[in-house]
Parts: sequence; structure tokens; C-alpha cells
Amino acid sequence: MSERILFNLLQVLVVMAFAPLVSGVLARLKEMVQSKRGPSVFQPYRDLWKLFHKDEIVSRDSSWIFRFTPYVVFVTPIFVTLLIPVLTSYPLFFAFMGDMLGAGFVLALGGFFASLAAVDTANPYGAIGASRTRMVGFLAEPVFMIVFFTVSFVAGSTIPYIVQQHWVTPVANFFTPSHVLLVLAFLMLILAEGGRIPVDNPTGHFELAMIDESKSLEYSGRGFALVKWGGQMKFFVLICVLLNVLVTPWGLAAEQNLGAVLLALPILLLKVFGFVLVLVVIESSLAKLRLFRIAEFLGAAFVTSVAAMIAQVFAA
Amino acid sequence: MSQTSLQLVENLNALATGLFLLTAFGMVAMRQARGCLYLFIAQSILLALSAALLGLRFDSGHLYGVALVNAVSKPIIVPWLLRRVAPVAIYTRREIDQVLNIPTALLIALALAVGAYFLGVPLAAAAGSGSQVPNVPIGIAGLLLGAFTLAVRREALPLLIGLLAMENGAFLAGIAIARDLSLLVELAIAADGLIIVLIVGLLVRAVERQVGTTAVGELASLKEAPARLAAGEDRA
Repeated sequence: MSERILFNLLQVLVVMAFAPLVSGVLARLKEMVQSKRGPSVFQPYRDLWKLFHKDEIVSRDSSWIFRFTPYVVFVTPIFVTLLIPVLTSYPLFFAFMGDMLGAGFVLALGGFFASLAAVDTANPYGAIGASRTRMVGFLAEPVFMIVFFTVSFVAGSTIPYIVQQHWVTPVANFFTPSHVLLVLAFLMLILAEGGRIPVDNPTGHFELAMIDESKSLEYSGRGFALVKWGGQMKFFVLICVLLNVLVTPWGLAAEQNLGAVLLALPILLLKVFGFVLVLVVIESSLAKLRLFRIAEFLGAAFVTSVAAMIAQVFAA
Repeated sequence: MSQTSLQLVENLNALATGLFLLTAFGMVAMRQARGCLYLFIAQSILLALSAALLGLRFDSGHLYGVALVNAVSKPIIVPWLLRRVAPVAIYTRREIDQVLNIPTALLIALALAVGAYFLGVPLAAAAGSGSQVPNVPIGIAGLLLGAFTLAVRREALPLLIGLLAMENGAFLAGIAIARDLSLLVELAIAADGLIIVLIVGLLVRAVERQVGTTAVGELASLKEAPARLAAGEDRA
């Protein structure tokens, strides 16, 4: 029992520690593709360190929402980390506290507060960014729902640990059409939710074209560090769900001892690195979509997920 | 063949047909003429793959022949023919428009695919032989989506590709139900498809030469726009 609580907390530590590394490696690899050297992979850590030691300026006209939001944005991915398989293949202490739908809602709560805070400061770009994020959000929502329902229909459960077991046991399960289509739909969803390239350009500095980034424009110092770190953790958590539940459900610790769990860590990092390579290819070869083409991109994701659903429902 | 490898082959076939369905959706949503052509090539390869896997599954040498015919005629000869006959239609226009906007078209396509399942599952059960593989409903979905592409596109090359996609869908359903058709028939169908490509390609070239565009959807308004006709005659 105490071991399971310990491993659960270890998962949180892993997510907190390695989430900035993902964006660091991603940025470095993208620069290398463009024949540049790029910043060190540890640059996001330095940014966070710097921001934590800076003064925070809060607008006099903003309400409590603005001050409260960084903590919500920072804490929600940590809550989700308690629910999903990051290192172990067996359910940990908090695993049955909520299912995938609950995790989705908890993540959405962070997004909700971020949007509110963006409007709160009366910065015009904040409101633009908030309304755009909501647009992407409500277009992504049906895809989320259908992916989750199909996954739980296939595995007979909505707990991510149990779903993950379903793809592992016979290899033939892995090649079912619904599985592959679900992976595709979920990948498109992650790109949209994480504000990655075909939907949003995370490295852009032009306020009028921003979607995700403009929500944190008014933050400074510690608040900005928390928002930034929270965003990186959310992306890491989404990658973990994709990799450990859907794409590569192998290599997780099966035994209940510290050695096995620690051994799962490098395997996880290797898998995440492989995914980052895929992201680099996507981000280096595609251009950002125009705002009203995002509906088409997420419409394609929706069609993919529904195709997965009908393939599953009628095959059974 | 052992039970597990049988299961694996069936799943791989289901995967090929699932991706087949995805390419059919892609043809409805794709904005570029060349993208449509590439999707068609991918779809034909998936069709050949499905035929080969079904050949393995049902131990039928005839289906290997079908796979071979499809793998050669559609992904290789059709693009070559189009490139020879109607290069303008493939290369010049970057974006092609539709009658409907793309999310609407995708939603209708989705409804068609669900309808195809309601139609295809009892049909496969009645045929008796192909009910354990998803080829029949997905083939019918491919057929309907091809017809839908034909209805909403206004550009000549995607229209032709929609027609060929309909044939692909019919083929995909056919290989599950009628496994022992004579190879002569398959070859005749493949040759037929190539003749269609040739004729439509020549037609596109003629239209392009006459009117100066391959956007056949606009041909209906030619009478009201004599200026454009005059410009076309200048070029000819």
C-alpha cells in the first residue's frame, strides 16, 4: 500500500522533472533540422529558474482569478498524473480516483481558468487568444469524447490502466483497425490541444496570430513560470497517455519494487524521445493552418475517430 | 494455419480496410488535385494488400492474382497515363474547390459511411462467405464516398479519381464475396479502368484546350460568360 503511494508520487516527480526537457529537446532538434545550433536542451529549466527569481507584477484592475489561475494550471496536470500509467503497468494508489473522462475534465478545468484569466486583465490580445482557444477546444471536444468512448468500449473500462492491459496481451489486438485509427485521431488531438504546429505555432511572437500563447501574455515572474511549467506538464501528460495507453503499451514496470519502476524511467524517456522525433518531422514539414482551416483539421480528426468507432461497433 | 496467425491476418486485413476507408474520406476532404491522386494510389495499394491478405486467409491463389493486377495497374499505370495525357490538370492548379465546404462534406461522408455499414453487414451475412471480414461494408462505403466525391467536386481530375475510387470500393467488397471469379474478368475490369482513365484524360485535355480551364464545374455558366469563351479561343 505505502509502496503504491510512493510510486504514485514518484510518477508526479518524473512528470514535473522531465516535462521541460521535452520542449527543450524539441526546440533543439527543430533548430538542428534547420541547420542551426539552437539553445541547449536545458534552456527551459534555466527559463523557469530565472522566472522564479523575478518580481511578479499583477495588474491593479485584475481580480482574484488572475492570481489564482497559475496554481490551477500548474496543479491540474499533476492531478491527472496520479490517474494515468506513467511508469507502472499495474494500477497505483490513486488510479481509481477518476477515469479518463475525469482526467479530461480536470485538464479542461485548467484551460477554463487560463481563458478566464486571459479575459480578466482586459488585454485585447488575451481575449482574442481566449476565444480562439475556446474555438479549438469545442472543436476538439467531440473528438475527445468519441476517442474515449471507443477506447472504453473496446477495453470494457474507462480506467487507463485497464485499457492499457487490453492492447498488450495478444499482439493481434494491436493491429485492429479501430486501434490504429484511434491513435491517428488522438495524435491530431494532441497537436491541437498542445498548441503544436498545424494548429498553433508555439514559437511565434506575433500576438495577432497566437492562439495558446497569448493567454499568458500578462503573466510575469513566478506566475508566468507556473503557467509555463504547467503547460509543459500538460503536454507531457498527453504524450504519456498516447504512448503508454495507446501506441506503445510495453516497457512499463510490472513488478512492485523500486528497481523495476526506476528501470521503466529510461524506457519511458526513450519512447518520449521517439515521439519528439515524430513531432519534429511534423513541425518541420507542415505550416501553421489558417484559423478557419483548423475546423477542417479537427473535422478530419473527428471523422477518423468516428471511423474507428464504426469499425469497432460493427466488427464486434 | 494456426488460430493466432489466422487472427493476425484477419486483423491486418481489417487494418488495411480501415485505412482504405480513411483514404476515401481523405479524397472528400483533400484540397489539392495531386493530393487526391496520391490518396488514390495509397487506396489502390491498400486494396491490393487486402486482396493478398484475403488470399492468405482463404488460401486462394486467385486472389493473389487480383492483388498483383491491382498493384500494377492502379498505382503505376494510372498515374503514368494521367501524366502523359493530362499533365495540366495534375500540376497547375494548387487548390480546387467544392460545392460544399469541407466540414459539411465530411459530415455527409460520415453519414454515408454509417449507412454503408447498415447496408453492408446484412449483405455480407446473406452472401455467407465474406461476413467474417469487414471488406463488404467498407467497400460499399468506398463506393458511396466515391459517388459523393463525384457529386461535390468541380474539377476534372478529382472527378475522374472519384470514379476510380468507386471502382476500388466495388473491388474491395467483391474480393470478399466472390473469391473465385475468373482472372480474365479481373483483367478485363482492370483494362476497362485504364481505358476510362485514357478517355477521360483525353477529354480533360480537350476541355482544357477549348476553354482554358479544367474546372468543369464552371462549364455550366459558359453561355452567360462569352468573354471567357473568347479568351479560350484566343489560346486555341
